[in-house]
Formats: sequence, C-alpha cells, structure tokens
Amino acid sequence: MKTRPILWIVAMFAVLFAGRTAHAEPYIPVISKGFQHQFWQAVKLGAEKAARELKVRITFEGPENESQVDKQLEMLQAALAKKPQAICFAALDSKAAIPLLKKAQAAKIPVVGFDSGVDSDIPVATAATDNVAAAGFAADKMAELIGDQGEVAVVVHDQTSRTGIDRRDGFVNRIKTKHPRITVVDVQYGGGDHLKSTDLAKAMLQAHPGLKGIFGANEGSAIGVVNAVKELKKQGKVVVIGYDAGKLQKDAVRSGLMAGAISQDPVGIGYKCVEAAVKATKGEPVSKTIDTGYKWYDKTNIDSADLKPLLYD
Amino acid sequence: MDPPTPPEPREPEAPSPARRGRGSSAVQTLLAFGALIAMVVVFSIASPNFLQFDNIVGILLATTVNGVLALGVTFVIIAGGIDLSIGTVMSLSAVMAGIVITSWQLPIPLGIAVGLATGAAAGTVNGIVIARLKLPPFIVTLGMLKVASGLALVVSGLRPIYFTDTPSFNEIAMGSIVARLVPSLEIPNLVLFLLGAALVAGFALNRTILGRYTFALGSNEEATRLSGVPVVGWKIAVYAVSGLFAGLAGLLMAARLDSAQPSLGFGYELEAIAAAVIGGTSLRGGEGTILGTVIGAFLISILTNGLRILSVSQEWQNVVIGVIVVVAVYLDIVLRRTQQRP
Repeated sequence: MKTRPILWIVAMFAVLFAGRTAHAEPYIPVISKGFQHQFWQAVKLGAEKAARELKVRITFEGPENESQVDKQLEMLQAALAKKPQAICFAALDSKAAIPLLKKAQAAKIPVVGFDSGVDSDIPVATAATDNVAAAGFAADKMAELIGDQGEVAVVVHDQTSRTGIDRRDGFVNRIKTKHPRITVVDVQYGGGDHLKSTDLAKAMLQAHPGLKGIFGANEGSAIGVVNAVKELKKQGKVVVIGYDAGKLQKDAVRSGLMAGAISQDPVGIGYKCVEAAVKATKGEPVSKTIDTGYKWYDKTNIDSADLKPLLYD
Repeated sequence: MDPPTPPEPREPEAPSPARRGRGSSAVQTLLAFGALIAMVVVFSIASPNFLQFDNIVGILLATTVNGVLALGVTFVIIAGGIDLSIGTVMSLSAVMAGIVITSWQLPIPLGIAVGLATGAAAGTVNGIVIARLKLPPFIVTLGMLKVASGLALVVSGLRPIYFTDTPSFNEIAMGSIVARLVPSLEIPNLVLFLLGAALVAGFALNRTILGRYTFALGSNEEATRLSGVPVVGWKIAVYAVSGLFAGLAGLLMAARLDSAQPSLGFGYELEAIAAAVIGGTSLRGGEGTILGTVIGAFLISILTNGLRILSVSQEWQNVVIGVIVVVAVYLDIVLRRTQQRP
C-alpha cells in the first residue's frame, strides 16, 4: 500500500501553491515575543500597514507563549535561511538570540528591534515605548488627581524585565523629583498575574489605610489593583492608574473604577519598526531609538477616534 | 451462538512479543522514511533556501529536544501507558542542573548528574504511583506535569537561570567536535547527543530485557504477569526511562539556550507523543520502534521548518501541521488493519 507517500506529496503541493507568490519585493520577517496576545496582534496590524505602504513583504510570527525561547530561536533561524533584506525582532531572551543575530550582522542583514528589543548593540534601531517617560506622565497624572500630596503605592509585574524596571523607576523617580509632597510607601511585584496582584494590592490597602492612589504598571497588575479596590469597597477613595489596554481595563476606565491609564502604541511599534527596517535596507540613516509614544486615556477620550486603534481588547 | 470465549491476547507468545510487532512496524517505518524523503524533495523544489547547510543544521537542532523526549516516551507508550509530564519534568531537570551549576557553583558534571537524576526520579515517582497504586497513567502523569512545573518555578525563583558564568556548559552543546575533524562542517554537538540517545534507546528497546518486557507489558500485561514477570518493578523502570530522557532533554535545552527556563515545557509532551505515534508507535501499546520515533520527530520539524521557509502564515502553519499529523496517524492505522487481516 503505497498511498501514504503519494498523499504526502499531494498535500505538499497543495501547501506549495499556498506559499508560492512572486517574490520581487524586499522581504522582512517580523518576529515578536508572542502571537496570540492582542497586544501583538495590534503590533501586527501596524507592521502590515507599513508593509502595504512601503511595498515590502512581511511575515509576522511569534511563539505561542512568552516562555518558548527555543521556538522563537527556530523562527529566527528559519527567517535567516530565507535571506531577508532586514529583520524586525523582539527577543524573549537576548542572550540566546545573539549567535543568530551575529550571523545576520555578518550577512549584512540589518536587525531592527521593537518593544523590548534586544539587549545588545546589534540592532541598528529599536522602536519602542519610552516606558520611563510614560510612567513619569502617569506619576504627574496621579499627582494631579490626588491633590499633589499624600501616600501612593505601585504594583509592578516584575523587577527583571526592561519594561518592569523602566515603568517602576519612571513613576517613582518622577514622584521623588517633581512631587515631593507625595510619598511612595510601597512597591510590590505580582508577576502580571491578576490574582496575585489583587491579593498584593489588598494587603497594601490594608497596611496603609491612608493610601490615596495606586499605579498598576501593566495590564495584569492594574486589573489586580482594580479588583482590590472593588473588594475593599474603596472606589472613589483610591485613585487607580493603569497601563496598556485590554477589555477589563477599558471597562474599568469607562465605569470610573480606574481614573485612567497609559496606552502604548502597539500599532505604531509595528509600523515604525518595519519603516526603520526598510530605511536600513536602503542605506538611509535611522535613529537608534525610535520613541513610538504613549497616550493617556480616561473616561473622556477612551472612545475617541485616535485612541481606538491603540486600545486593543 | 458460540459460548463466550475469553479475549485472545494480541501477542500469544509473551516471551518474545516484539517479533510480530516489529514486522509490521518495519514496513511503517519504511513508509514514514519515504514520506520524510518526499517532504524534503518537495520543500527543496519549492524553495532554494530550504536545503542550505545552515537550515539543515537548524532542522537538526530543532529536532533534538523533541526527539530525545519522544525517545523516552516511546518506551512508555509501547508498554501501554502514557507520560504527559515529560515537558515540565524537562524544565524542572534543567532548573535543578542550573541551581547546582550556577547557584551552588558545583562542577558541571555534577549538575548534569543532578539533572538526569531529577528526571529519573520524577519518572520513578510516576511509575510507583501508576504501578503500585494502580492509578491511570493519564491522571498520574498529568499531576506530575503540574507538580514539576510548580517545582521548577519554586526552585528557580520564578526567573530563568543563566549559565553565563560557566560558558563551557553551552560549549558542550553548541561547540562542534565535527568541525574539529572536518573544518567546514559546523554541526553543533547537540545533534550528536540526539544520535547517541537514539542509539542507546534502540539498544535498550531491542536488545535488553527492559525492552522485551516493555513490549510484553504493552501487548498483554496480564499474560506477562501470569508468566511470573514482576510487572510492577518493570513498569516503574519504564517510566523512569521516560523521566531520564526528559531529564536529558532538559539538559540539552538548557545547554542550547544557555539558560534554564522554568515556565517552558507545557505542550512539549504532545509534540513528543505525536512524533512517536507518527513513527509507528501504537497508542494501544505493544508496538513501536526507535527508528520510527526518530523519523516521526524529523517529520514534524521538517514540516514546521519547510512551512516557515515558504512563509506560510503562522495561523495556517498550525492548521497544516495538525491536519498532516492526523492524516499520518490515520494512514498508519489503516495500514495496520490491512496488514493484520488474517
């Protein structure tokens, strides 16, 4: 019974037709840290938009969850094998990726980082949010909402990733320098996990009954804070400021449980990364850091047109 | 109407049940190999980037960890069981080795031994609970999956453990002995580990008592038990083997990534089991070959790599791979049925 190899071949040719197109335009693989999370899908939208406008071909890929370092390496290796004109990359683990990125450098393929980028000097540019500035803005808003004095606390997702460190420091340092009458009484780490962040925030609120505001430095942390405020029935008494979007956070802003939040521009991240990659392939100068910006949203502007594409579900 | 007859064992000769199983498995293995070649040919025609040296090395690297996991789980499946814990046990072993080498700063060989021992220990626990307490393997190994993943997070302190202070660990995997002999062939040592593991597994399955009893357990556990074979002990051994290979896979993964990632591992068990099943290992037990498992692992990684090279969009990659895996297993079953027609 020799049908099996034949069936394979037939299936393969079907796949071939799916994959075969005229490849005259430059090809830029965009490899992100994840694939299914809505944040990355928003990045994908931006990248595809840039690809359409700049007439390049991209593929957007990423491992199924952010711990699959090896799968991301395999994607990077396959991408390199296709001899692309440039690569957009957001490393799950910079150290693990460096050998392959060095190969890209040797083959004169420019690497452009995005989001947390790559912790090395191989990328010619990195398109990311200036988390320090964004968190600093959140600090200013917090000060505004609590009358520029009192006690506040912070719930961060972790203390080892670039985003965790930058957002925490951005908030805390801004308070220290620009708002001396406010004290940051506590900073706790919840791993971005809703449940853990909820319990943390509750403990904070109970330990500091005079707490006037809490900043949640990413989606999971912010939701945890909102839950804690709800469960302890402190809505209206504690100002909650969040980060990123997601359905729960948006609902909280709409209902008033959350005073507002900082939104990154994931669409902009995707767009500016591909744009920089195209510039690099043409030999045009690119700036090393591309600040993709952030926006503040609250009840008043959450449904406005310019914020809609940024605020993913 | 005939009086009810007791169910006939599939393999009537308990002492050497592997014989018939190996016969039909051999044909399947040949066909799987044929499919492998066909796939390579098709992808090579479809894209000039596929058959490049670097890409082939990439495929070999991608197959190593899954291949080693699949080798271990082949034993368990042939013996009639299943092991869902291999993915997270792999991570736990890597983390344990990481702690020994980086935090406690003990020599690398000791770290390697601890990693392997962790895997074997987890497998032994699985085996004891399954064989002595007679709980279903699915549930027991699922429980171990959770326990191992939790322990990996606890031991590692929720973050990856980096081996940067001990570069020789990474060298073991990514250095190239082959390149020293033949300067242009930069094949990382990791691949040699897969080869070595496959040879050891093949020897164990085909030429040792462990292998014999693995087949015996899977073909007819009752008859094996009645023949006087200490079934409980051998079952534990089989699960320990699976755990040991998971430990090895963890060490290889850690050496390759130069870090032990505690949250990695979920889902890897399914890919390993798929490799074994595609290669001809029957989920009902009693049948399977090491060569088939290796081919199955390569089939999956070549397919994945080929689709990536063809820039098939990622969502569709998953659909294609899933469909082909099911088709492959279906054809396997159809083939087995036509072969076993009396």
